[in-house]
Amino acid sequence: MLHLAQSGTQNPLVPNLTELILGAFAFFLIFGVLAKILLPRISKVLTERTDAIEGGLQRAEEAQAEAQRVLEQYRAQLADARQEASRLREEAREQGAQIIAEMREQASAEARRLVQAAHSQIEADRAQALQTLKAEVGSLAVDLAGRVVGESLSDEARQRRTVERFLTELEQQPEAAAR
Amino acid sequence: MSGVLAVAEHCTPETAHIYSGCGYPAPSIGDFFFEPIFKIGSFEFTKPILYMLVAAAIVLIFFWFAFGKPKLVPRGIQNLGELGLLFVRDQILRPHLGKKGDRFLPFIMSLFFFIWIMNLFEIIPGVMFPPTSKFAFPFGLTVIVWVTYVGLGIRHQGPIGYFKNMAAPSGAPAWILPLLAPIELFSNLLIRPFTLSVRLMANMLAGHVLLLVFALGTWYLFDLSISLLFSATSLAVYLLVTLLEVLVTLLQAFIFATLAAFYISDSLESAH
Repeated sequence: MLHLAQSGTQNPLVPNLTELILGAFAFFLIFGVLAKILLPRISKVLTERTDAIEGGLQRAEEAQAEAQRVLEQYRAQLADARQEASRLREEAREQGAQIIAEMREQASAEARRLVQAAHSQIEADRAQALQTLKAEVGSLAVDLAGRVVGESLSDEARQRRTVERFLTELEQQPEAAAR
Repeated sequence: MSGVLAVAEHCTPETAHIYSGCGYPAPSIGDFFFEPIFKIGSFEFTKPILYMLVAAAIVLIFFWFAFGKPKLVPRGIQNLGELGLLFVRDQILRPHLGKKGDRFLPFIMSLFFFIWIMNLFEIIPGVMFPPTSKFAFPFGLTVIVWVTYVGLGIRHQGPIGYFKNMAAPSGAPAWILPLLAPIELFSNLLIRPFTLSVRLMANMLAGHVLLLVFALGTWYLFDLSISLLFSATSLAVYLLVTLLEVLVTLLQAFIFATLAAFYISDSLESAH
């Protein structure tokens, strides 16, 4: 605690000129360095940081929206695919049923045709057999009758009439029996 | 006590003790005037100048390391620097000047941190002296603030408009102007800088004196007797005052910077 001798100079409200000048100089030094060098640098970084944070948030939002959109699209596609699959199944089932019906139809038609052909064949065979039989039965019967009655029925016309009559009778017999 | 003082020729604050026959070495204004550390002609380099330069160096070095190579993702000292910057910007600058006042940030920041570090020297062990208690430093800063806000006022409102707006605030009735105008001019141009500088100086001076009273009291009362109790009490008060002064150092720097911002905003708005 060094007391200066003359208390006249010890007025706390009288600024010391040296201190005043050096103090102002020191302030301008700080101010200059802060204003020209340091604060522009940090301001730039603070702005960049704000941009980065805001940009990051925006990018995240965009990514989320994109993901949402893709998910919607995927869901729509999945629904479409399911619908398509069920449609195809339905179609296949219908087609199968149709094919089976067609095949059944074809088979029964073929069967009918075969039966029909068999019937025709049998009918034709029968007619042919009947025809053959008619010719043979006549001569056989004449022979037999000739032999039985001992009389030759040489007269052609009579002979034929007799045969015709016999055959007519013969034909009527089975019909009567059928009734 | 007066008789004791008369015989105590050998008494100094270092040797004075309660039962040594020396009186209490009360701090005086002389404690703010130092012998120069060295002299070059009429230039006297004193302790307050040294502390002031150290404070300026601390501010410069701190911000150089904080903002010299700033990173997008701040680390370490840059975090601290940004904390300081945002405090000055959001608590001091923007309440008065708004966002458009950010161009004054270097000015207000320099004021705040330079004054605060100088104030802090009041309670830094080993230093224990605030250069701001020397009137020259607050006065110098105040002159700079004064030139700034008067200059800005003249530039933004015109050389006549500025003083006219100052003398005749809008809304004041004409008959009161003869009374109001001198008061307003006196208040804005002289009272403002005077109170700005004296408030800071007086607060720091008073704080330093207060600390001295109890520091010297602790030492003076220290004795292996009942006085030890008084000494301990003095020490406790000294520590409490130190805590108080932590707030005062910050508050005075804050007030100085806030008023500077307010005066500047006052000059920018033409409609007062």
